[in-house]
Amino acid sequence: MSLFPLQLRDVVFRPNGRAVLDGVDLTLSGEGITVVLGPNGAGKSVLLRTICGLLAPTGGVIDWGSSVFDPAAVGMVFQHPVMLRSSVIDNIALGLVPRGVGARERRLAAMAMLDQIGLADRANDNARQLSGGEQQRLALGRVWLTRPRLLLLDEPTSSLDPSAVEAVERIVRQIRTEGTKILMTTHNLGQATRLADDIVFLAGGRVREHVPVRRFFSQPASVEARQFIQGELPWHLAF
Amino acid sequence: MGGFSQAFAEAFSLLWGFDARVLEIVLLSLQVSGLAVLIGTFIGLPLGACLAVGRFPGKQAAAVIINGFMGLPSVVVGVVVYLLLSRSGPMGDFGLLYTPSAMVIAQVVLVVPLMAAIARQVVEDAWRQYREELAALRYGWWDSVRVLLHDCRFSLSVAVLAGLGRAMSEVGAVMIVGGNIDRATRVMTTAIALETSKGDLPLAIALGMVLLMLILLLNAGAFALRTTVMRRFE
Repeated sequence: MSLFPLQLRDVVFRPNGRAVLDGVDLTLSGEGITVVLGPNGAGKSVLLRTICGLLAPTGGVIDWGSSVFDPAAVGMVFQHPVMLRSSVIDNIALGLVPRGVGARERRLAAMAMLDQIGLADRANDNARQLSGGEQQRLALGRVWLTRPRLLLLDEPTSSLDPSAVEAVERIVRQIRTEGTKILMTTHNLGQATRLADDIVFLAGGRVREHVPVRRFFSQPASVEARQFIQGELPWHLAF
Repeated sequence: MGGFSQAFAEAFSLLWGFDARVLEIVLLSLQVSGLAVLIGTFIGLPLGACLAVGRFPGKQAAAVIINGFMGLPSVVVGVVVYLLLSRSGPMGDFGLLYTPSAMVIAQVVLVVPLMAAIARQVVEDAWRQYREELAALRYGWWDSVRVLLHDCRFSLSVAVLAGLGRAMSEVGAVMIVGGNIDRATRVMTTAIALETSKGDLPLAIALGMVLLMLILLLNAGAFALRTTVMRRFE
């Protein structure tokens, strides 16, 4: 049973009367990397949390291809991942615990993953003492280890230096190569051009554009997207 | 004043000479309170964590009750446990009244709410921070409880110490259900109370000093352990 095409139809999220998602219509195929762009407060993070099942939409439908929502098939990495007060290897194996994987198998799988993300030599170190980039790689590996079909990344490289961003992007590409669909948010337009196959542009809680990456940057259809790409403030914020 | 200093001198001599009576009472106190805190840890900490993580009707009321029970008067607990364990009570057939087991039961009742209330607060703070991450990793509530208890282990040592402090310094409940029987159920606090009322101050002072020293040593040990381990994982 496939999760894709994943269809969101008129999805609304309106806590306390304020619409954060205001009728989102979106169809996602099962391949590639889709980057969600949009100004602060556009609803990008909320959209990802809603798809992940962390927030229940107040309206609309999320249609999971030919299957029902399988939480185990959807993983998410947050902007500031949480590290438990434990070793790197314990932290990376965390996602396997609720899946009933035995301690020995967990350790073997965790070591292999640490090797893959370049943290094998830090296996027994305190996870909280890793750098921001290393913690983000660990968080990616932690979710990757659960082999999700859809991986949601909420600004995974914000506040990282260029070399850490490059390391994270390399892992994201590797995950994509294994056939995992990736839906990520970012404020970094360069990153969007490097990674994305298609762009979803969100503004005011609605999808304004969903087009291939080249088209989005060369021929943005909406005024908001054009202003966003050019880095202009919307007129009502310019005063 | 002379009697006072003489009592202290005799108390020191009892301690210096490893008086058999003192040792026996101290040992029984440690056994009873240690076992009560051990059982209390296995009940109180998961209970507090479940209250922090679980979502069920009456959760707030349960938290209020647990917090309220932190200050449960020990004599009231003593009377309730006495009624349960007395011959005509529902657990009378076990014949536990006036035994160290009865004292352990009373102390467990006293320490569980205290440990659960502290654990609830500690775990709830961590839960706020970890909730989304664990939910995204598809942790159910029980797996979350287990992970959080492990993650908060350093902070939870405070709950265990508080429980130990309460158990070791408790008089009323153990007096009622233990009966303060010499060489059977006499612990430090009940012995201090009895010997003071009898006017045998040296023994009361000696036991008081041991009690104080034990509590200070346990706290210092736990503090040192916590600091060392936290330095590694914070």
